[in-house]
Amino acid sequence: MRPGELRDRQRDIAADPAALDGQTSFNVIGGRHRKVDGAGRVSGATVYTDDMTLPGMLHGKILRSPHPHANIISIDVSEALALPGVYAVVTGRDMPVTYCVIPWTRDEYPLCVDRVRYIGDGVAAVAAVDEETANRALRLIRVEYELLEPVLSAERAIQPDAPQIHEAGKPGRNGNITKHVHLSFGDVDGAMAASDIVIEGEYFFQGTTHTPIEPHCAIGWYEPSGKLTVWSATQVPHYLHRELARVLDLDVARIRVVQPAVGGAFGGKSEPFDLEFCVAALSRKCGRPVKILYTREEVFFAHRGRHPMEMKYRLGASRDGAIKAVDGHLLLDGGAYASFGLVTAYYSGQLLTAPYTFESYRFDSTRVYTNKSACGPKRGHGSVQPRFAFEVQLDKLAEAIDMDPIEIRRRNFIGERTRTINELRITSNGFLQCLEMVERASDWKTKHRRLPFGRGVGVAGSTYISGTNYPIYPNEMPQAAIQIQIERSGRVAVFTGASEIGQGSNSMVAYVTAEELGVPLEYVRVHSTDTDMTPVDLGAYSSRETFMVGNACVVAARELKHRIKQVVADEWQCTAAEVALAGGWAFDVRDTSRHIPIVDAFNMAEARLGPLAAVGHYNTPKDVHGEYRGGTIGASPAYSFTAHVAEVSVDVESGIVTVDNIWIAHDCGRALNPVLVEAQMEGSAYMGFGEALMEEHAYKDADHGRAGLHNASSLLDYRIPTTLDTPEMQSLIVESVDPEGPYGAKEAGEGPLHPSIPAIANAIYDAVGVRMDRMPFSPPNVWRALQDAAHRDRWERRHSSQLVAVD
Amino acid sequence: MHSIVELSVNGDRHQAGVPDHYSLLEALRYVLGLTGSKQGCDKGDCGACTVLLDGVPVLSCITPVQEAAGRSVTTVEGLARPGRLSPLQEAFERLGAAQCGFCTPGILMSAHALLQSNPSPTRAEIKDALSGNLCRCTGYTKILDAVEAAASASSPNGFHATEAAR
Repeated sequence: MRPGELRDRQRDIAADPAALDGQTSFNVIGGRHRKVDGAGRVSGATVYTDDMTLPGMLHGKILRSPHPHANIISIDVSEALALPGVYAVVTGRDMPVTYCVIPWTRDEYPLCVDRVRYIGDGVAAVAAVDEETANRALRLIRVEYELLEPVLSAERAIQPDAPQIHEAGKPGRNGNITKHVHLSFGDVDGAMAASDIVIEGEYFFQGTTHTPIEPHCAIGWYEPSGKLTVWSATQVPHYLHRELARVLDLDVARIRVVQPAVGGAFGGKSEPFDLEFCVAALSRKCGRPVKILYTREEVFFAHRGRHPMEMKYRLGASRDGAIKAVDGHLLLDGGAYASFGLVTAYYSGQLLTAPYTFESYRFDSTRVYTNKSACGPKRGHGSVQPRFAFEVQLDKLAEAIDMDPIEIRRRNFIGERTRTINELRITSNGFLQCLEMVERASDWKTKHRRLPFGRGVGVAGSTYISGTNYPIYPNEMPQAAIQIQIERSGRVAVFTGASEIGQGSNSMVAYVTAEELGVPLEYVRVHSTDTDMTPVDLGAYSSRETFMVGNACVVAARELKHRIKQVVADEWQCTAAEVALAGGWAFDVRDTSRHIPIVDAFNMAEARLGPLAAVGHYNTPKDVHGEYRGGTIGASPAYSFTAHVAEVSVDVESGIVTVDNIWIAHDCGRALNPVLVEAQMEGSAYMGFGEALMEEHAYKDADHGRAGLHNASSLLDYRIPTTLDTPEMQSLIVESVDPEGPYGAKEAGEGPLHPSIPAIANAIYDAVGVRMDRMPFSPPNVWRALQDAAHRDRWERRHSSQLVAVD
Repeated sequence: MHSIVELSVNGDRHQAGVPDHYSLLEALRYVLGLTGSKQGCDKGDCGACTVLLDGVPVLSCITPVQEAAGRSVTTVEGLARPGRLSPLQEAFERLGAAQCGFCTPGILMSAHALLQSNPSPTRAEIKDALSGNLCRCTGYTKILDAVEAAASASSPNGFHATEAAR
């Protein structure tokens, strides 16, 4: 199928921004408001999981494997159990049920049953009167291991004779391959052969991890009534709820999951973890609440971060820069368990097909097991690594045909209301404005190829999903739901399952509610993520909250608004359309001298209709994906677009790269609160910058210490950027007003991370003439690249030649 | 072993029975119930536990509790006056400088100490003073903006003076 044919299918897209309900101006939406929970977070009053203490609460600890790969021969817990102050011990035999956030790839036990697969794999857990006693008890547990050869690299894992980390699904298969995806769209070989120029490159993206400042923490309490409550620093309470029931063999209706305030997540808390099962199992055994708080080292062990990827790309293009063929071959190092890896393998190919038009495209992704912490979804799940490789490929293409790198991106722009080559449905698309804004703000034209040796600028673009059209477990129920209740004082309570992890989802639903119901923001109280109280939401992942929960909230709030307006209209003998609710008042739009306090309107409506409450939900479009196996993965109701320009200085003597500035332009559809959108843009660009220059989630091999041991499991050794490292960043918001987003909004939390890495790589090339195809761009790596003496000549040649006119 | 330690925290005097091996952070959080100060790393790397000891920022997770005996401790709970955020907290809230909020208490304490000794710091001086506090959400931009805003608030032409005049 050719892109032109895909454009015939625009009928799937709403013709108008229906979600706007005719609105053109707003009272709350778009304003620079405070967060509803901001005062608590700046005063120390906000309660995170480890801030909670329950009466009689015990402290739990988990014994972890010191071996990367071993069979468990026996576990003897008798001495630990005999220690005074120890109340319960659990091992894998207490919960011999596999789990995984993806129901098709359950391969992990809460505690290992017969084999450990990485250093840090959980083996047993204890609950004791205090932390010290629990630690002492761990030292009394005797585990006999039979050591197995560890597999520490993806290259080793795919070899036929490699030790098998998991059983093969079918006899004769390599059990180390967790997922293989091969998808092809159009005639790649033909288009490649017909290309005027082919750029080939090999790239490496190292492992990196989320590093929220709050370590994972959970409290379990199995009450005498038989009700289990788990409080956890999770970003997916609903999935945790389901998996707790399955693994512990409890009726899901007897379990309550509460997510207190979460101190950062970034994808690192988006599936169940061993501590949540352990606190529940320990509490069931001893009848007292049990808390487990990960040490920082355990957070590194838990990981689920960025997959290291080896990537080979061929890019075929015509002389005028049009992309004719893209062919990618990717090897993903998945670590010991599946996690979200099935999706990662798809995303590593599926999400590359915008914002540029590909005439043909093929990718082949293989995810393998290794004896290291499991990789999973980190901000920009699966697509950050290929985006780095592809945007550098594009830079090389621009260089080869002597075209401005911004211009080549413009020329390949896929457009709006269209389809990608793999049939993702694009609705709104502000990518051209993004390019324009970073070009202007960075003063690109006077800098690119014009700065003195050692300084340079680079550009990159990207796209990302606003949630996924299909939930993780198959079901036809809504993806998001909200309940709103109005109390007689005028206070409005919003009940939402959306996970507030610092990004501001609580505030987002408050802005929507205040906008629709006309109450001051302070009148809105948001109650979130308590499975006993709030409607199901799937969680804070894949940048779905604003789009999906926002839409659900609009529906619920409008339902109430229409009811209230009708009651006031009946009283005033006018039409409901002539009644407005705004700023704490109900008034007649034809004669604003006729107005009553909003609370009077609420009371009038309650007197007439009974208590004021409404539910709203949102469900994704289900029939707009490609009809091929995997066509549903990557399908999203809307895509965000981003462009970055980075400016760098490179010290040739030391290889130290300093990023002086990043200009970030992001199309978020509409900024419901620009402060929070900028905050996501800056936080994303910062996180990408850290991955580009300094972060390495790496392991020792046998020649450098204990094979398979984490190389940097502390915040001193795993270097994340401080105030002194972080560049100045300028956020430039682009509003394309999506036809299906709430007030036109799309995601902002993950998309803006992608381009920072390739923009920095391309800027390094502009500065000193070396290509950094292998990350990170650390001083040793950059210094080594600079030892290629030809770089200076390349730089001289580039800076003396003029680019083709682009205006 | 436990000892009785005299702790003066945010002006409150306590005689607290504290395990001898406890850090000041553990005593604050788990003995006195002042959970505003956070533990992010266990070993002095992240700065989330920063409190003031006699006005000087220290990492309370690596400060033995005995070292704080008889001295004045200020935590994030001691910044706001009853019912009113401090100008620094107010700037953090208004400008969106706290996202998840977990590093915020430590950053506020470092910034508060800076503004006490240097009421009009440059951006470079602010970066320097906060370089021991890791934040993973914000990219620091809005934090630096908020400290600058709070600094100008205390000057005669700052936004607080302007807002008060309205």
